[in-house]
Amino acid sequence: MNLETIKSELEAGVPGCQLEIVANASPSGQHSLLIDAEHAVAVAGFLRDVIDLRLDYCSNVTGIDWPPKELSEKVKVKKIVDGVEREAEEIHKTQFAGHLEVVYHLFSVEKRHGPITLRMRTRDREAGVHLPSLTPIWRSAEFQEREIFDLFGVIFDGHPDLRRLLMWDEFEDHPMRRDYVDPDDFEYEPTAHDEVLRRAKQHLSEMGGQ
Amino acid sequence: MSTAAYPSAQLMLEPAANGSEGQLLEVSMGPQHPSTHGVFRMNVALDGERVVKLKPVFGYLHRNHEKIAESETYLGSMPYTDRLDYMCSITNNWGYALAVEKLAGIVVPERAEYLRIITGELTRLQNHACLIGFLMQDMGASGTPLMYAFRERESILDLFESLTGARMMCNYMRFGGCRADMPAGWLEQAQKVVAAFPRFLDEYEQLLTGNEILMERTQGVGVLSARLAVSAGISGPMARASGVNYDIRKVDKYGIYERFAFRVPLGEHGDVYDRYMIRLLEMRESVKILEQAMRTIPAGPIVDPKLRIRGFRPKAGEAYGRIESPKGELGFYLISDGSPNPYRYRVRPPSLINLTVLEDLCLGHNVADIVVILGSVDIVLGEVDR
Repeated sequence: MNLETIKSELEAGVPGCQLEIVANASPSGQHSLLIDAEHAVAVAGFLRDVIDLRLDYCSNVTGIDWPPKELSEKVKVKKIVDGVEREAEEIHKTQFAGHLEVVYHLFSVEKRHGPITLRMRTRDREAGVHLPSLTPIWRSAEFQEREIFDLFGVIFDGHPDLRRLLMWDEFEDHPMRRDYVDPDDFEYEPTAHDEVLRRAKQHLSEMGGQ
Repeated sequence: MSTAAYPSAQLMLEPAANGSEGQLLEVSMGPQHPSTHGVFRMNVALDGERVVKLKPVFGYLHRNHEKIAESETYLGSMPYTDRLDYMCSITNNWGYALAVEKLAGIVVPERAEYLRIITGELTRLQNHACLIGFLMQDMGASGTPLMYAFRERESILDLFESLTGARMMCNYMRFGGCRADMPAGWLEQAQKVVAAFPRFLDEYEQLLTGNEILMERTQGVGVLSARLAVSAGISGPMARASGVNYDIRKVDKYGIYERFAFRVPLGEHGDVYDRYMIRLLEMRESVKILEQAMRTIPAGPIVDPKLRIRGFRPKAGEAYGRIESPKGELGFYLISDGSPNPYRYRVRPPSLINLTVLEDLCLGHNVADIVVILGSVDIVLGEVDR
């Protein structure tokens, strides 16, 4: 069960799919395969049905939020200072736009191997949060994708019943995102201690009250 | 982002266009209902007594366990894992400890592995015994079977109390070992409890297995095919009752399970009766494992003394670790970014995923059968809702 062989098998079996092996530095050695959203269903179906893989058991499905951040990288550059060429270090800053990631852990009940880890990434964290649902391939993703939709806000196209799972329907936000802020519910606090009073005051001033 | 386009509060039933209402009835079972084993709701559409649609509603016990764990150190969430499946706190600890050990490459000393297996299998015994008791309670066998099971559970909880200091929230495992060694006389006491357990199983079986009402209520009810079980990620006794030969103790050989001789019982029909029977047979196998483990437990440390787990920072990376908990596959997925808190902490709850097929199992059966089918799935809401 080598990820390299699976990758080359997939490239032959699903023409046009974009694959990338994501290395894992941990001693667990569980590397993963990044697949593109466009071919995800075909790739998943191939992994499930191809005879020597038979990844028929999708155990765990979960989301990860990678918020935007500034990446800084030290780069050595050659500079000419006072007519002499010198080596200097410069810090290059790049903006990482952030995305949401969905991870599938696959096993084979028949062949008793695994886990094979699949990852999919959304385009961004705002409008491009659509990913194809793999529930038609593995039924076990049904509730877990609903949970990711609920807590992370990934929209799974092709899911048979995409609704919130744990939070209530009127809830607006996605609590598992890293930048989630607790709602201002000072009025439901059972004891009006200092922190609650401060929030109440702030709330009223923001509302334009007294 | 608004989720208004994906409403949850949808009508179960379309209003009848021709005015012939009253054909189908919508019933909300739960959340406050003793047969839901907690706070769990099922929206059921009925045609007379027959179930034509069933939608489970979750979240009444949701506290976002995963978010809390991400703002806590690795060790800090260990006691909180007790509260997931509160019937089996020790196996929850084990699953989490195993995932962290995979993430950081920690080796567990031999004696600690034995302690883990002994406490883990004792947990399985009391979970299965009580589950059967609750199932009988759901079927109307009020009191007696449940109290028999609780009598046995009591002696196991006494063992847990003297070993870990707590009866239910044991908080027993640590990364790379266990928290406390056995007190004097504990092993003898445990051996006595385990030696007496088959007698209880015989008594239980004599009371229940051939019982006509039990067979009538459970045979052919809630049939789950092996194919659907694998596709829907069903694990644990529920999958094995459908004939899926998949026991993580055998497949992953985590801990030192490969040293012990035990068999994996498999069902044939995948109905409620098979799920009942599998649990009885599994308890007999657990007794075998316990007898072997308690006979051969070696002396030694229970945790590597050089290991520093307070405020420890695993290298950046990720790991998925899983164990065969009494409910099914309990997995923990951890991502470390090198800081003292996990960047991502995910619990793969067997109870929630085993409910995926609840509607498929209940369709076409009577309302009273829903209660029996749900009872045979074996859920704990602390783990379903997290």
